[in-house]
Amino acid sequence: MNIAVVIRQVPDLIEPLEVDSTGMSLDLGSASFIVNESDDHALEQAILLKEAGGGTVTVVALDYGDVDNTLYTAAAKGVDRIVKISLDGAPPPPHAAAAMLAEAIRPLGADLALVGVQAHNELEGVLAPLLAAGLGLPYVGVIRGVKAGAEAGTISACKEFPGAVMARLTVKLPAVLGILGAEQPPRYVPVSRIRAAMKSTQFEEQTAAATGGEPLVAIRRLYPPAPAARAEMLAGSETEVAARIAAILREKGLVK
Amino acid sequence: MITSEGPKGVELLDQLGKSGDGKPPLGCMQCGLCAASCPLGDAMEFPPRKLILQAISGNLEKVLQSPSLWMCVACYTCSHRCPRDIELTDGLWPALRDRAMQQGFQPPAELQETFENVFKYGNTLGKSPRQRMDWAKDLDVRVLDLSKEPRPVDVLWLVGCYPSYYPRNQVVARAFARILTELGISWGVLGTKEKAIGECDRMFGEEGLFETLVEENRKLLDHQRFQKLVVLDPHAFRALQNFYPRFGAWYPVEHYTTFLAERLEQLKPLLVKPVEATATYHDNCCVGRRCGCYDPPRSLLQLIPGLKLVEMTRNRDNALCCGGGGGGMWLDAHIVAHGGRRLSDERVRQAADTGATTLAVSCPYELSRFEDAAKVTGLEGRLIVRDIIELLAESMDLGERSNS
Repeated sequence: MNIAVVIRQVPDLIEPLEVDSTGMSLDLGSASFIVNESDDHALEQAILLKEAGGGTVTVVALDYGDVDNTLYTAAAKGVDRIVKISLDGAPPPPHAAAAMLAEAIRPLGADLALVGVQAHNELEGVLAPLLAAGLGLPYVGVIRGVKAGAEAGTISACKEFPGAVMARLTVKLPAVLGILGAEQPPRYVPVSRIRAAMKSTQFEEQTAAATGGEPLVAIRRLYPPAPAARAEMLAGSETEVAARIAAILREKGLVK
Repeated sequence: MITSEGPKGVELLDQLGKSGDGKPPLGCMQCGLCAASCPLGDAMEFPPRKLILQAISGNLEKVLQSPSLWMCVACYTCSHRCPRDIELTDGLWPALRDRAMQQGFQPPAELQETFENVFKYGNTLGKSPRQRMDWAKDLDVRVLDLSKEPRPVDVLWLVGCYPSYYPRNQVVARAFARILTELGISWGVLGTKEKAIGECDRMFGEEGLFETLVEENRKLLDHQRFQKLVVLDPHAFRALQNFYPRFGAWYPVEHYTTFLAERLEQLKPLLVKPVEATATYHDNCCVGRRCGCYDPPRSLLQLIPGLKLVEMTRNRDNALCCGGGGGGMWLDAHIVAHGGRRLSDERVRQAADTGATTLAVSCPYELSRFEDAAKVTGLEGRLIVRDIIELLAESMDLGERSNS
């Protein structure tokens, strides 16, 4: 099975995030970047599938936010090809990113494309379904674990629904899956392997013609949430506080 | 993916003897002194003796996948007592851990995060490098940031990860800044540019990460002009003294205990306030057992008016480790799961048995390890854990006291 994996960098939340002077986007100049967690799971899932059944894994990434470090780590984990799409400026919004990624993934002829189901800097987790639409392939999201299917040309995916309901789905290939978690946590690779990958790995660098057209969602204003003064501090003895907590839970209908 | 590439056990042990500074593990005569001396040896599937035996017998894989590979806390007791002078702690364990990871065996999850933090942020705590100087905010003495204002100094103080970031240790960092200033020493720090020295990463077997840190620290230090490095962390001392020179990076370095003990005459008149306490001193493993340096910390404590120093039964080269070395700082859950106990808990009981009310320490890990241990052993309030620096600063009447 030939698998394409999308990897995105997201701002690292160890640094305080700031809105830039336009009031419309984050100040990315002061941010540092790390790999998007669910994309890291998508990569792990792809490598597990390759280890179990053979095939190739190709990582596709847009070039922003120190993506090279993440790509070298992916190389050290054992991916076969790395396609890096160069950008003119800031990271594009999801619909444009999806168009660029679709353009890069289409010629790979992949059986399966895995994308993290969400990114903390992305509205509504739209990249994965937009990518599927761009590729004209079926899409299933919120997947926790993928295995080879019982029949050739299929995979078996575990989808999580609200309320901890799980479903095991058979998906016909080719398809795009939005990955929430791999079957095991992303593996650790020793730094010596990453250093070796830095010396030996060649990225396939491309430019994208696709733009994705007009944005589907326009940002009007970006701002940190204003703290709301809704907290009620309970005073009094333990018995009084406990009685008040019980009353509040009843008022809110959380207990009868 | 698990692979079985690389040399077999015997060849690996032979190679080790050629790279380390001790004698090769192949000289082991299976006396078992190491396993019997190891504070966690009884709980290990493969204590040093068995580990060597398995490697020689061609069962290296068994050793590499055993949880006991991640139980050594680098206390150096086995190396210190080995009649064949085999470099078990600095040589054998890190090499086997490195090999395990190279072959695809995963280190315990809690350790992976620490490695990733050091690789990404240059500190074990996973904090922003930009916050590395937060300990010095609003400090009443001037901290010269050599990364911003390079100039020759006598002492380049490497503050260390815990003293830079961890609130309990920041108290010690501030006290040390005041002491250096009070002593009239010309000193500076690397500010937000400072990075972990990487001793623990090397002892964990993350040789590639350690090499990266050596390269980065060389770039930083080779740009500065200083007479000597001073460190609060005995692990950093050990690495700079013994592991950095293997990469051609040689810097004169002192642990703060020896640095201050060389200035007893100058310190004595400054210790104006009595510290009424019965204190016992915990020898850290790197400066103590590994480097044989036992008297300087004691001479500092004995200089403090009002302070009475008593010894634990296990002291000096027989001291019990706090359990924080060799990655142990980040492996408490793993070691309790497979060893059934925490060494720091045993150690605070030994300290309390002396009748001491203060446990004096000289390693950044030990403050939080022993304070946590005092809480879980019911000794909280009866045994106060303080760094020697805090005790000196109190006697010198240099402001801020710890919350403990």
